[in-house]
Amino acid sequence: MSRAAVQTAAKPALDPARIKRDFPIFERNPGLVFLDSAASAQKPAAVIDGVAEFYRTDYANVHRGVYRLSERASERYENARETTRKFLNAASADEIVFVRGATEAINLVAYSWGLKFLKPGDEVLLTELEHHSNIVPWQLIRERTGLKLVVAPIDASGGLDLAEFEARLSKRTKLVAVTQLANATGAMVPVEAVAKLAHKHGAKVLVDGCQAAPRLPVDVRAIDCDFYAFSGHKTYGPSGIGVLYVRGEILEAMPPFQGGGNMIEHVTFEKTSFQRPPYRFEAGTPDISGAIGLAMALDYIEALGREAIFAHEEELTGYGVDKLSRLPGIRLVEAGQRRLGILSIDVQGVHPHDLATVLDQHHVAVRAGHHCAQPLMDRLGLAGTTRASLGIYNNARDIDALAAALTAAQKLFA
Amino acid sequence: MDARELYQDIILDHGRHPRNFHALKHATNLAHGHNPLCGDRVTVYLELDGDRIKDVSFDGRGCAISTASASLMTEVLKGKTLAEADALFKGFHAEVTGKTPPALPDALAEDMERLAPLEGVRAYPTRVKCATLAWHAFESALKNGAAAGASTATVKTE
Repeated sequence: MSRAAVQTAAKPALDPARIKRDFPIFERNPGLVFLDSAASAQKPAAVIDGVAEFYRTDYANVHRGVYRLSERASERYENARETTRKFLNAASADEIVFVRGATEAINLVAYSWGLKFLKPGDEVLLTELEHHSNIVPWQLIRERTGLKLVVAPIDASGGLDLAEFEARLSKRTKLVAVTQLANATGAMVPVEAVAKLAHKHGAKVLVDGCQAAPRLPVDVRAIDCDFYAFSGHKTYGPSGIGVLYVRGEILEAMPPFQGGGNMIEHVTFEKTSFQRPPYRFEAGTPDISGAIGLAMALDYIEALGREAIFAHEEELTGYGVDKLSRLPGIRLVEAGQRRLGILSIDVQGVHPHDLATVLDQHHVAVRAGHHCAQPLMDRLGLAGTTRASLGIYNNARDIDALAAALTAAQKLFA
Repeated sequence: MDARELYQDIILDHGRHPRNFHALKHATNLAHGHNPLCGDRVTVYLELDGDRIKDVSFDGRGCAISTASASLMTEVLKGKTLAEADALFKGFHAEVTGKTPPALPDALAEDMERLAPLEGVRAYPTRVKCATLAWHAFESALKNGAAAGASTATVKTE
């Protein structure tokens, strides 16, 4: 079989009903219609039991002990790094830094790379689609660096306006920080095109992959980004673990973010020399079981097939758009030309929180509010929305339950 | 608990058609309430005449619970003394947070009765803030003082 044939040999389509059985939460909460995976995804038994089993059999601190148990724990921790490398198709596991979550990943870039390399007048280019965690860190270092924040707008369809984006690029642009999939609306951003344009102007590119990583195949080398961040808990892994990918030569030049154990080479009271990356950025005892649990989640996803997951999310998103658009008085918040995995709903005359409370009565769990994207809500002229987000365990019946509950809520508030 | 127990007719009615929903021309005090969780905003206007609330109104945007609560609040507060208003606030706050309400003067029993439909939020901890938002703004408006016209303050809830 040729290489191309191997790559396109599709895994079988997902079977959400079977997948649901892998997630104990659904057994313990019969009837639960969970449509809030964009906030945090549920965990398969493979992760829950795997983490417990790790604590039972292989647990010790990493990179410290000379004894065999610690060696085993260290090996599993480093294997998790390799699993993560493969998940992102990074060139080297040394480009993978374990952090607490995407928020910490972006803060790490701001405080380490940003404080060292950004000078007064330099520009950081964001988009209107960003989550607060890709806005606030840049504001926090603005005073200390003199950087200027520039925002690329969305177009009338709710997607990133690439022409407007390009118009804001200049030689002053030092960083483009952009989401791959907007958490509040589900709008996909063509990050490959964004990175190409940004690099043409000499800017570095940071991609917030929180919503994309669990939903589509991610290849940081194909995107050609310099930084990529995602959270374990949205990727069916434990909470408290996240990943920052940084292109090797950039990571090499970055100073430590936090100081402590494990990140040093030699310490005297006069001076400390630091470890090479990624260890330079992992001060103190890391979230060992978190990293190992994350690797188990990534293995679980890979076994299902990333293309199959992508196809499932696309199909179910299409079904949801179709179904909800037919309901009178209900509007899907615009999400550009390509929407994936997220349905942001605006029901005429009903506040999102009232709606979510009534949906909860129907066992439909959704998120209501501004989704940590207040600038986007302001831009769309909305106080908030009711957001249904999809995962590998959702199927058309969940969408049907959502639609029925929405109709019931409309009746109540009519 | 069924949604209808929370969203009783009186709440749906006040949510759809809030009373005293406008700015007050001769406000002596006002304050903005803001719920950072949902972005809801309310402004409470007071016209004080000495120790008495001569007029009270509100505007802003919010959910059915917060709008109905603000609307009912303005209805019960109109004409009350500051001491009575404070007693009503304490009683209401205790009711919606599931605490033992303080003993209230008999004269206020009917007003408490009018606020009772909101007690359903007790079963929804995340929604208690919706019901108390306007009351916190009211309290803040009082603190702002009547002296130099309308001052403002943003209150947080719970």
